[in-house]
Formats: sequence, C-alpha cells, structure tokens
Amino acid sequence: MKKDTICAIATALSPSGIGIIRISGENAFSVADKIYRSPKEGKRLSNCDTHTIHYGYIYDGDERIDEVMVLLMRGPHSYTAEDSVEIDCHGGVFVMQKILEAVIKAGARLAEPGEFTKRAFLNGRIDLSQAESVMDIIDSQNQFALKSSMDQLSGRLSDKINELRNIILHEMAFIESALDDPEHFSLEDYPEQLANKIKNVIANLETLLSTADNGRVLKEGINTVILGKPNVGKSSLLNALLGYERAIVTDIAGTTRDVLSEQIHLNGLTLNVMDTAGIRKTDDVVEKIGVDKAMQEADGADLIIYVVDSSDEIDSDVKELLSYLVDKKAIVLLNKSDLSGKVTMEEIREMTNLPVLSISAKENTGIDELEKLVHSMFMSGDITYNDQVYVTNVRHKASLQEAVNSLNLVLRSIENQMPEDFYSVDLMNAYEELGMIIGASVGDDLVEEIFSKFCMGK
Amino acid sequence: MVEQNNFKEEFYDVAVVGAGHAGCEAALACARLGLETIIFTVSVDSIAMMPCNPNIGGSSKGHLVREIDALGGEMGKNIDKTFIQSKMLNKSKGPAVHSLRAQADKSDYSMAMRQTLQSTDHLTIRQAEVSEIVTEDTEEGMKICGVKTVSEFMYHTKAVVLCTGTYLGARCLTGEMITYTGPNGLSAATHLTSSLKEHGIEMYRFKTGTPARIDGRSIDYSKMEEQFGDERVVPFSFTTDPESVQKEQVSCWLTYTNEKTHEIIRNNLDRSPIYAGIIEGTGPRYCPSIEDKVVKFADRDRHQIFIEPEGIHTNEMYVGGMSSSLPEDVQHEMYRTLPGLEHCVIVRNAYAIEYDCINPMQLKPSLEFKKISGLFAGGQFNGSSGYEEAACQGLVAGINAAMKLKGREPLVMDRSESYIGVLIDDLVTKGTREPYRMMTSRAEYRLLLRQDNADLRLTKKGYEVGLIPQDRYDWVCKKEKMIAAEVERVKEVKVGARESVSKVLQKYGSIPLNTGASLADLIRRPELDYDKLAELDPDRPELPFEVREQVNIFIKYDGYISRQMKQVEQFKKLEKKKLPVPFDYDNVSNLRTEARQKLNELQPESIGQASRISGVSPADVSVLLIYLETYYHNQNA
Repeated sequence: MKKDTICAIATALSPSGIGIIRISGENAFSVADKIYRSPKEGKRLSNCDTHTIHYGYIYDGDERIDEVMVLLMRGPHSYTAEDSVEIDCHGGVFVMQKILEAVIKAGARLAEPGEFTKRAFLNGRIDLSQAESVMDIIDSQNQFALKSSMDQLSGRLSDKINELRNIILHEMAFIESALDDPEHFSLEDYPEQLANKIKNVIANLETLLSTADNGRVLKEGINTVILGKPNVGKSSLLNALLGYERAIVTDIAGTTRDVLSEQIHLNGLTLNVMDTAGIRKTDDVVEKIGVDKAMQEADGADLIIYVVDSSDEIDSDVKELLSYLVDKKAIVLLNKSDLSGKVTMEEIREMTNLPVLSISAKENTGIDELEKLVHSMFMSGDITYNDQVYVTNVRHKASLQEAVNSLNLVLRSIENQMPEDFYSVDLMNAYEELGMIIGASVGDDLVEEIFSKFCMGK
Repeated sequence: MVEQNNFKEEFYDVAVVGAGHAGCEAALACARLGLETIIFTVSVDSIAMMPCNPNIGGSSKGHLVREIDALGGEMGKNIDKTFIQSKMLNKSKGPAVHSLRAQADKSDYSMAMRQTLQSTDHLTIRQAEVSEIVTEDTEEGMKICGVKTVSEFMYHTKAVVLCTGTYLGARCLTGEMITYTGPNGLSAATHLTSSLKEHGIEMYRFKTGTPARIDGRSIDYSKMEEQFGDERVVPFSFTTDPESVQKEQVSCWLTYTNEKTHEIIRNNLDRSPIYAGIIEGTGPRYCPSIEDKVVKFADRDRHQIFIEPEGIHTNEMYVGGMSSSLPEDVQHEMYRTLPGLEHCVIVRNAYAIEYDCINPMQLKPSLEFKKISGLFAGGQFNGSSGYEEAACQGLVAGINAAMKLKGREPLVMDRSESYIGVLIDDLVTKGTREPYRMMTSRAEYRLLLRQDNADLRLTKKGYEVGLIPQDRYDWVCKKEKMIAAEVERVKEVKVGARESVSKVLQKYGSIPLNTGASLADLIRRPELDYDKLAELDPDRPELPFEVREQVNIFIKYDGYISRQMKQVEQFKKLEKKKLPVPFDYDNVSNLRTEARQKLNELQPESIGQASRISGVSPADVSVLLIYLETYYHNQNA
C-alpha cells in the first residue's frame, strides 16, 4: 500500500481538553518542520532525537495557529513503526481543523479510515488477532463514509461538483479524440480556449472552497431554524436544549412573533438557534411578518428542525412543509410524546425521507437522541476509533484544493507552450480529486465521453 | 477415441488456428523458439490478409507495432517491406502521442508475410478448417491435447493458440442480403463455436464493418485534397535501415460527405440491417458506420472521407470513413454524392460482418484460458479489433504457449510497461462489450510508453524470451548507457550570458540569458531543443539520432516524466502483491458480496489487478491487503 505521509486528528472532536494531530510516514518530520516554529531560532525537528518533546507554535504561512507540544518518534519505535509526529494542541475543533489543514498543505495526505492501524499491522507492529478487527473498522467506516457523503451531498454542492467535473471531462475527451484521430480534429487555437475554461472552473472551485461548510460551521456555528405550527412546542424544545427557561412558553397560539437567536453548544458543535413564529397560514398582519421571516430564515439555514405535535391531526400545512423540506438538511421532531398521540412516527416516516425522532420537550426525553443525530449530520467523519478521527469535510476541502492545484498546473503547461497531450495528466488528476468528493470513480468515463460526444473513426 | 491411422493423425508441439495477423505472430514466435508448430488457415492465399483498411499503425496502434517489433515480432518488419506511403501523425504534439502510420500494399503485405512463414523452420502451413478442440481431464483440471479438422483429422499438440479472427460463425450483411461467409467471401468456420461452448467457454457475438472499394479510374481526384506521405520516412522496425525505406510514395485523397449524402442515408435507414434489427452483434463505437455517424451526430453537416489506395497492383480505392451495411442500390447512390465520386464504380460492396468471439475475462494475463490448461487465444477472437491489436495478442499468446511448453514463466507486461500490457489487462480484467480498440487515452502512463522508446522498454523482454538476437540486445544496452551519460553531461554543461550565445538564441526566437544556465535549462525552452544547441556545446560527443532524440525528450519533459514515474512506483506496489490462484474469496468475510463474487469469478493474479475489477472498492482492496498479509504469514508459520 502507499507509504506516503499521512495525517489525521487522533482525538475526539470536542471543544475541551487537548487535541492530538498525528502524522506518520517517511516525511513526517520534514512535514512538521514546515509548520512548526520553536521559540529557539533555527531549531529543526528533523535534527532532534527520537522520543523527545518540543514546545513551540504551529504556523499556517505567517499566521500563528496555536501553541503546541510536539512529540517525535522515529520508526520503528512508534505505533505505525514509521517516523511519527504527534502535535498536542489546544483541543478546540476549529484549531484542530486548522492544524490538520496546515499539515496537509505541508505535504501530508489525509489518512484513509483505519490507515494508521493498517500500517501498524503491515509493518508488523500488531499481532494477527488484531487484524480482523482492523478489517471491521475499515469496513464499517467505509460504509459510514459512503453513506454520510451521500447524505451530505444530495444537494447543490454535488450538483456543482458534477457540473465542473463534466466540463473537465469534456475537454479531456476532446483532447483525446484529437490525439487519437488527428485527421478529424484540429487543436488549433485550442490551448487558449482551454485556458479560459480552466480559469472559469478554478474560479468556481475557489468560491466553493471559500464557502466550504467546514470552516464556517465549525467556527461560527450551525445556523439552525426551528419550524413548526404555533404551539407545537418549539420554544419548549429550545429551552430543553438550552437547559434553562429562556423563552416564554404559553398555551396561547402565536406568542413568539419575532425570531429569537441563541447559541447552544452541543458536543463540540455550536448551534445558532432561531426560534421562529409558528408556521401556519395566517391573515393576522403581525403574525404574518413573523411567519415570512421564519421561512426566510429557513431558506438560508444550515439545519432545520421541524416540530410536529403528535397530539394533533396531520393537515395540509404539515404535508406542504414536509415537501418544502425534501431537499433541505432537516430533522422532523414528533413532540409531546408525553401525551397520547394522534400521529405516530411511522405515519410521518411514510411521508418523508428525513430523519424522524420522537421527543417530549416538556419531559426532556429524546433530547439525547436529537443531540446525537445533529452531531452525526455535521460531524459525520468523527468516528472515535483509537486513531482516526477525521471530518469528511476536511477531506472535501483537501480534494478541492488538490483539484485547483492540478488545474493551475494545466494553466502552466499552456503558458509554457507544452503540447496538448501534457494537459491530460493534470486534468485527469483534477477530475479524480473532484470525483472523490462525490464518491465517483473514474472507470471508463473518459472513453465513454469520447464515444458519445465526438465522432471518431474510419 | 482417436483412430490409430497414420493418415488420420499427426503430432506437433503447438497448433495455431487461423493465419491472420494474430495467428502469424503466434506461429512465428513458437516456431522461432524451436517448437514444432502447425498453423491452420481456411485459405493459404489469405495469410495475413487485410480485409478492411489498407494501413498499419496510426494513433496508439503505431505504438503497438513498435512494441511487437521490440519483442521480436514480425509486423513492423513486414510493413517496412511493403508500405506505399508513410506518415508520422501528431508531430506537432508531445512525443508520447507521435504515431507512425503506413499505407500498405495489401497483396504485397500478405505475400511477404506468407514468404516469411514459408521460410521459417519448424513451421507447417495447413489449409483446413479446425472444427474441434480436444481436451482431457487431469487432476489439475482440463488440459488441451490437440485439435480436429472438419475431415476428422486429429492433430495431437501440447498447446493450441486460437486466432480465428472474424471467421467463427461469420455472416456478412449488405442491406437485405445476407451471405454466410467470412470477410471477402472466404468460407466461414462454422463448427468450432459449438465445440468451444461444449468446453464451457462463454461466447459473445460482435459485429464490425468495412466500406466499399471503388475503381480508381472512375474517381475525379481534381475535386479532392491530396494527402502526401512524409518527406522523410521513419521505419516501424528498429532493425530496418532508415535509408532503405526512403522511396517514392503514393497519395491518399480527402473528400467530404454532404447534406445530400446524409439525406439518402436517413431515407433508407429502415433498410439498414442494424436499424432494422437484423444484426444482433455489438459493433464498435470508435469505428461507426456512416449511417451511425449520421444518426448519432445529426448536427454535423459533413464528415471527412479518405480515399486510400489498396495497393499498387490494383486500382481499387478504399473509402475510409464510409463503412456501411446499407443495400447495394443505396450504396451506389450514397457514394456518388461525394465530390470526386460522382461517377464512381464500385468494385466491392461495403458490408457488415458478424462473428463469434469470447468473453476475454476467461483468460489469464498470459492469454491462456483459466479453465483449460494449454489453450491460448489472441486477436479478434478475444474481442479486440484492428490488425495491430490482433498481432500483439497473437505474439504474446504464442510466446506464452512456448514458455509453458518450456516450463518457464509467462511473459506478462503490466500497464506501466507497454500498450500491449494495457490492452491485455483491459481485456482480461474489465472485459469488453464491443470490439476493443487501442487508444492513447487508455494508457494512463503514456508519457513513458512512447513509440520512440519501445526498444528501450521491451527489447530485454524479447531477449529473455528468446526472440531477440544477442547483437540487438547488446545495442540496446549500449544505447541506454549513451543516453544516461549524455543526459548527465548536458545537465552539467554551463552556458554563459555571452554575446555569441545570445546570437544563437536569437536565431531561434529565444530570449537571451541574463546569467549563466545549464544546457538542460535551455533545452527545456519550447522553441529550443537538443540539436539546435549544438553550436553552444563544443564538447558534444558524436551520437546517433536515436540517442539524441531520447536525450532531448528526457530533458525537455523531465518534470512530467518524473511525476509519471512516481505514479508508476505507486502502481507497481500493488501490482507486485501476488494473490494466490485459485483462491476461494468466501474465506475473506469482510469483503462486500459483490466484490467477493467478482473476485471468485475473475481470480485476479495480483492486488493491482483486483483493484481494477469493476465492483471492487478501495475498501475491499484494503481488506484484501490485510488478508493477504495474514495468509502468507500463516503459510510461513
């Protein structure tokens, strides 16, 4: 298997305590050297003894990210039996992400699920009885990652990635057709056209990068909107989440007219919760403003929690809202499970593919499940097996960055007047990287595209 | 049982069934390696016949011919003897996609190959239709023991190479007219398919086609664009003296279809056997019939058509780009819409041909059947298309039949070593659902797999096999050393920012130097190359062209080449991890069901091959890696 240098966050992604980023592989030390600065001038980790600890700072370029302790272990005396570096940092989620990104920029690759353990095994560090469990880890993580990446990407991001991939594929197919059938296809003036298209793709990718979920969600929190008809218990839910009475809860429908915003820390994630006026078709002017505002907030939210009253009949409002939520990241909560219900979970599930939970905001039951669900929706990669905690979003970001780098290499080839066939290497690389984000492999894409779009042959 | 009659049986080491481009290479390889070989053909006059296009080589196919030559095959030498026009394609592009293509004199090509076969020791040519393969069951499974002809004559052999081309169960279609023949009206092989099926071999039915041939006297060339050959011809074979191929060449001609052509085709689509549903075989997408082009690319108002001579002994002209299975009357009308063909006279009709071939996933990378020991296969029979694709498989199948009889390891090239390796890996690992053609885009490491370095890549393998003589091997070793030494030297030589240097640079439109640079730095500039800088390099040794060419490419594309070499390094790691064969993947519980089924069915030879099987995910590969490690660990323990 690959022996390049890999990295991952090795501790749980929680806001407290200490976080560890682990690097392993041939270049572990030199990678660490690129981002580590000692208070002592000119100290190089590569020159330091094995099994020593070093105080200093991690930098991303000129930006200081965190104050850290760095542990050095030269192979074979490390977990993986390779040169390994551990960076102990302040355990904030955002800080860990930033350090991980810096490590990746410095030349390491994000570890695959189970890869540290796999290397340990292949290098003879763990015994055979452990091998089976390693395979289980890879297996389950693979399925989990696949599922989560599909969940996360059912919406606009994957559409966008697909669109950009298709542009790249089309250009590759054109170049290949011209190479295979030079008498039918001319590449005159083509490099210039290609450069423009590539620049456009790069610009798109950079926009994606800058708005990539992970940075904002982790740093600023998840913008969450609680929707539901008046008096279904939205405010009680908010209170339950907050752990104390925050909003006034009354039994008169329609008292929460404005949007309340509150930050809730949830197992390493921050939710910015907007409690909104009840969604009900209304003619009351004051209430209408609140309802419009709620829908507006919901449109731009990262997460929508839709509360349904289980003691009430399902009407057309509910159905309408469920269909509005189809392509949103949303959870349906069946509240008031303390009362005898008129609606069951099964009935709701028949109407939607969204996750459905039953809670009683008043009795504080089901809140644990809700917390777990939110966590898995946003931190889907953070499986806390012993050595590989990662966030799929970082993986996505790394792939986007890699795609941009490859496309820049294409531009450089064009600039240097390299022959057209040299573009393909880097175009293919960009195509593969983007494919990783949406879980698509290359397979016979190129050959298919050539045949379907270009008229080849004798 | 076989009758004990002296006239009813003979004994050979190897039988090769079919004497097309695959069969000829297979038989020559076996015979040259000292094995008593018999080659069967339905007609001795059709040895190495070119039933379709009159050329050898072209994009990526030219690479295959060079590789065949470096391994000790015949195709390159044969076309060098018989070409009538030659061109290096893609010359304005990178060296990896330069491709040699030569127009052949078809009858000379066929005759020259026949003469080579006839003058090769240990090789017997037999005109007969093989109707059965004969096997025996042994403890290790089924084993080949010979072939029978239609006349019930038994040929006992230790290995058989099947190269039946497009002849198995063949039928030709021109509109409503169907004839049960192979190409060019030669008799089809009607019995062998059922014998193969009885042995459990899975068969496919494929289709391909060819355009009409037109009487050259009826063509008005003044309405077409003339296409010349290269001024300086480069031979295919590394053994051909370049001076010997500088000769007078014939021209090809370019014309176009037009709206009128397309209209006639559209109006008669219902009479095309494909669109009428008469053809059941799968046709190749890269080589569509003109009716396919008109339907699939309806927005195109014209298609290029190349008029190519079939040889110097005939006035027949091949209408490249207009293969068809439309009825004869439509063909007449359709061809006559083209500028220059207004009064054309058809000599041979265009037709589609359907034939039986195998699912190539039944083969090992050595091209031996997994389930029948000693039975090998090559060429169109394996689901490929094209003379060059056929020839290279025939060569590998022949070599490996010989290796097997000699008790040696088979010749298996991986995807980083040759186009042949890519082609065979694609066929045996991924299979194919249409006639498979080689394309440069299929070779992921093509910057390394160039036609100019085929000898450096493969001559040693040909030598180890026994098909390359000592002197040729020695020369390649010497060439390698010269290239390496010169590359090193060029990196070291410094050029100053002197007036005299600037002058030379300016001559080629290159910016003068501000500070000193190495000669290598200058070679990398797009407007310069190794040869142009000779004036600035007084100590340059006298080197042959082929060495200078390699030095230039190596320096100029250094960055790309080394990046690709790194990719190859990664690739090789998985390729080197050999899997046990046969192996029951049900023992590996963590594999997904789909992967387990595919692996059980395909029995890949390495983790690398396994990773390319569709339905085997990266996680499955990880599981296999770990399982493999424990497996070998337990075996050693």
